[in-house]
Amino acid sequence: MRKLFVFLLMISIVSISPAIVFAQSKTEVLVKNATVMTAAKGTLENTDILIQNGKITKIGKNLKAAANAQIFDASGKFVTPGIVDAHSHTMLDAINEGSFSVTSMTNVRDVLNPHDIAIYRALAGGVTSANLLHGSANSIGGQNSTVKFKYGKPVEDFVIADAPPGIKFAMGENVKRSNFQIQGQTPRYPRTRMGVVETMRDAFLRAKDYKQAWDDYKAKKTKVPPRKDLELEPLVEILEGKRLVHAHGYRSDEHLNLLLLADEFGFKVATLQHGLEAYKIAPEIAKRGTGVSIFADYWGYKLEAYDAIPYNAAILWKNGVLVSINSDSDERMRRLNIDAAKVMKYGNVPEEEALKMITFNPAKQLGIDKRTGSIEVGKDADLVIWSEHPFSPYARVETTMIEGEVYFDRNKDIAKRAELEKERTELEKLDANKAPGSGGTPPKVPGEKRIADRDDADQTDGGNR
Amino acid sequence: MNSKFKIQNSKLFKTFAFLLLTAYCSMFTVNAQSGGTQQNLTGKAGTFAIIGARVVTVSGAVIENGTVVIQNGKIAAVGANVSIPSGAERIDGKGLSVYPGMIDAATNMGLVEISGGLNASVDVAETGNINANAKAIKGINPHSAHINVTRVNGITTVLSMPTGGIVAGQAAIINLNGATQSEMSFVPEFGLVMNFPRISTFGGFNPITGPQIVDFNEAVKRRDTQLEDIKKAIKEAETYNLAKEAYAKDKTLPFPKVNLNLEAMIPYIRGEKPIIFTAERERDIRGVIKFVEEMKVKGIIVGGQEAWKAADGLKKNNIAVVYTNMFSLPVRDDDAYDYLFEAPSKMQKAGVQFAISTGDDGANVRDLPYQAGVAGGYGLSKEDALKSVTLYPAQILGISDKVGSIEQGKIANIVVTDGDLLDPRTNVRYLFINGRLLPLTSRHTELYDAFKDRK
Repeated sequence: MRKLFVFLLMISIVSISPAIVFAQSKTEVLVKNATVMTAAKGTLENTDILIQNGKITKIGKNLKAAANAQIFDASGKFVTPGIVDAHSHTMLDAINEGSFSVTSMTNVRDVLNPHDIAIYRALAGGVTSANLLHGSANSIGGQNSTVKFKYGKPVEDFVIADAPPGIKFAMGENVKRSNFQIQGQTPRYPRTRMGVVETMRDAFLRAKDYKQAWDDYKAKKTKVPPRKDLELEPLVEILEGKRLVHAHGYRSDEHLNLLLLADEFGFKVATLQHGLEAYKIAPEIAKRGTGVSIFADYWGYKLEAYDAIPYNAAILWKNGVLVSINSDSDERMRRLNIDAAKVMKYGNVPEEEALKMITFNPAKQLGIDKRTGSIEVGKDADLVIWSEHPFSPYARVETTMIEGEVYFDRNKDIAKRAELEKERTELEKLDANKAPGSGGTPPKVPGEKRIADRDDADQTDGGNR
Repeated sequence: MNSKFKIQNSKLFKTFAFLLLTAYCSMFTVNAQSGGTQQNLTGKAGTFAIIGARVVTVSGAVIENGTVVIQNGKIAAVGANVSIPSGAERIDGKGLSVYPGMIDAATNMGLVEISGGLNASVDVAETGNINANAKAIKGINPHSAHINVTRVNGITTVLSMPTGGIVAGQAAIINLNGATQSEMSFVPEFGLVMNFPRISTFGGFNPITGPQIVDFNEAVKRRDTQLEDIKKAIKEAETYNLAKEAYAKDKTLPFPKVNLNLEAMIPYIRGEKPIIFTAERERDIRGVIKFVEEMKVKGIIVGGQEAWKAADGLKKNNIAVVYTNMFSLPVRDDDAYDYLFEAPSKMQKAGVQFAISTGDDGANVRDLPYQAGVAGGYGLSKEDALKSVTLYPAQILGISDKVGSIEQGKIANIVVTDGDLLDPRTNVRYLFINGRLLPLTSRHTELYDAFKDRK
C-alpha cells in the first residue's frame, strides 16, 4: 500500500512537472545586460529588463530575479520593443468583400487563420503586433482586427481584446477598379474619385439618419425600435468616436477630401494608410491630429504611387504628424527595421524617432500604446533581442517574445531543422507523396495559397497596396 | 493620368529646376553640362582627387587615409601616397569612404516606368514566344525617373533585361548616366534572356473561381513542348547560319532570306555570348545545366533560389548565378524562415560563382545594398556581401576589367559615402560615373525640396 502510494506520488510529480516548469518560466523572465532601445526614453546601455507575469516590472542595472527565472544573456546585443505593423493582411483567408462599395458589415475577424506560416516569419523579423485590415476594393471596407502574433495559440488568443475597433476605408485606383476588369460583371459605382467621395458622404448621411432614429426611439419619441442595420452600426460608431478609421489612399487631394468630409460629419480619421503623398498636405493632417502609416521608400508601382518620396516620413514628422511605417506585405514585414533605418538618411529623422515609427507610433495609431510599443515599466513584455543594432543591415533577430513568452528563438529554430528534414524525408517516402514517374500516386496539388504580398496580382480585388 | 507627368513641363517645375541647378552649381562650383530636367543632368567631367578617405578597393586591402585620382573618366591613381595632378578638383575625404559603384546584374531598368495600370510606360515584354532580336538597349528610356533615384543610392551600372515569352530578347549593360541610349550603353547586346520552361501547374487565373490548376502530367508535357520549341528554334538558327556561310563562299547558291530573329541567336548558340536563363528551383536549374551541356552554350542563371543544391553541375559548366531572392518569401510553408536569406552563403560554400541582385523592374533597384547587407547577416562575410554587389556581378557580366573595384585604369564609377555602403543609414556624398561628378538629385529630391517647407 505504501509502495503504491509512493508510486502514485511519483507519477503525479512527473506528470505535473512540465506544467510547473512552464508556469515558472511564464512567471519571471530576466533579460540581462542588453543595449535597450526603449522607443520612449532613449537608449540604455548594459541594462536588464525584469518581466513578471508577462509585464515589464523593472528596468535597470544588475536586477535580481527569482532563482528559477528564465534568463536571457543579451550581452553585446540590442533589445527593442516588438515591432507593430499598422497595415497587414497576414492571417486573412479572404481580404476583400469586393461586391458592394460599402461593406462595413464585414469583419476580418471571421477569416483569421492562426496557422499562417507568415506569422512565424514575421516573428522572425521582430513583429509582435499587427493591424489586420480588410482590402481596398471598396470606398468603405470591412472591420479590422488588431492582434498579437501568438503563433501556436488558438485564434482567440491573438486578438487584442481591449484594442479599439477599426474599419478600412479606401480611395483612388483600387476603388475605381482602374487597373483591372472583372469579366462578365457590370462596372460598379464609383468609377471616379468624384464618385468615391459621394459614396462615403451618402453612407454617412444614412448613418446619421439611422442614429437619429435610434436616439428618437431611446428618447421615447417613437414607439417602434428601428431595424438593426449591420452596415450602418459601425458608421455610427465612427460618428460617436468609438471606431478608428484607417483610410487607404495615395493622392494628397483625395486624402484631403476625406479629411474635409470627416470635418463635415464631425469625426476624426485615425490613420491615412499608404498616404504616399501625405507630405504635400502635412500641415492639414497635423491640424486634425490624424496619423499617417506609410511605406518608407516603396514607390512607383502604379500611377498614384509615382509622387511617393522617401522623405515623406521626415516631412510629416517635422510637421508633428504621428507617422508609422508599415509593410502591407508578408515579405516586407520581415524587414521593417531596415525600412525604419532608411528614414534616418532621408531627412535626418533622429534614431529614436525612426524606431518609434515601427513601434510606439503604430501602437498609438491603433490605440494599444498603453500595452505595447515601448519598453517601459507596466507594459506588456513584447520584446525583440537583436544580434546587433537593429538598423544595421547585418542584424538578425535572436529572440522574439510576447508578454514574456518566447515565440521565436533562432537557436531553437536551427536546432529543430534536422528533425524536420527527417520527418519530411519519411513523409515523402509514403505512397501518396511519391513523385509521379517514380511509381507513386501523383500528389494532390494544393490550390495556390493566398499570399498577402502578392494580392496586387489578384484580379478580383485590384490589390491592397 | 497626365497630371503626374505634367510636373516636368510646368512652369513651376522649370523655375524650380533652374533654382535647383543654380543651388547645385554654387555648391560645387560646377557648371552643369545641360540645363534640362534632372534626368539628363549629366554632371561634369574633369580631374578630381578624393583625398584622405578610407578607400575600400574591394579587389585589394582597404586603404585607410588614401587618395583616389580621377582623370579622363578613369581611375588614374589609388593609394596612400599618390601625387595629385595640378588643377585637380580636390575633395576632402576625411571621415568618408570611397567604394566602387554597385552593379545590379538583373533589372528591367528603363523598360518599365509604372508597372501597374500604365501600359503606355511599359516596354519590357514583346509579344510572341521567341524574340531574340528584341533588344533592351532600344527600349530603355534614358530619362526614366528610376535612373537618378537609383544612382544617387550608389548603384552605377545595371543589366537591363526584357522579360516576355520564352526567348525574351537581349539584355543590355548600361551605366546610369547619359542623355541617350548610346551614352548609357556599356555592353549593348550582352546576353540573350531565356525564361527556361518549367513545370508549372498554374493554369491561368479566373476572377470568379481563382487560380486554375492543371494536372501535373499535363504540366510536364507543357514544359517538354516548350523546351522542344526552343531546341527547334536553335536548330533553325544553326541551319540558317550554315546557309549564310555557304552562300558567302559560293554565290551561286541560293541567298538565304534574312530572318532577324534567327540572325540574333547566332552568337548565343555558338557560345560566343551568354544565354541568361531565369530559373529558381533545383529541378529547373538542373534542366538548365543539361541544356547548356547539350547545346554547348554559355549560361548564366537569374533567380537561383536553390542553385546551391545543384552546385556540382553549375561549377562543371561554369554557370554563374545572379541571385534575386533576398527579399522573396520562401515558397514552401516548411522551408526554414531564412531559406532564401542563407542561399548566397550556401552558394559560396559550395563554390558557385554568384552575385546578388534586386531583380526589380527599376523603381526599387536602390534597395540593392540592403539586400546584400541581409545576406551579410545570414552567413556571408561582410566583405563578400560587398563583393556580391560590386566585383562579383562585374565578373559575371565580363566587365571586371573595367568596373567593380577601385583599381588604377578602371572606369571611374565611384561612390563616396559617410559610412558602410550597405547600411541603410549611410548617405552618398559624391557620385562619379565614367569620371563625371554627378548631382545627387532625383525626382525625389525635387519633390522634397518643393514641399518640405510648405506651411
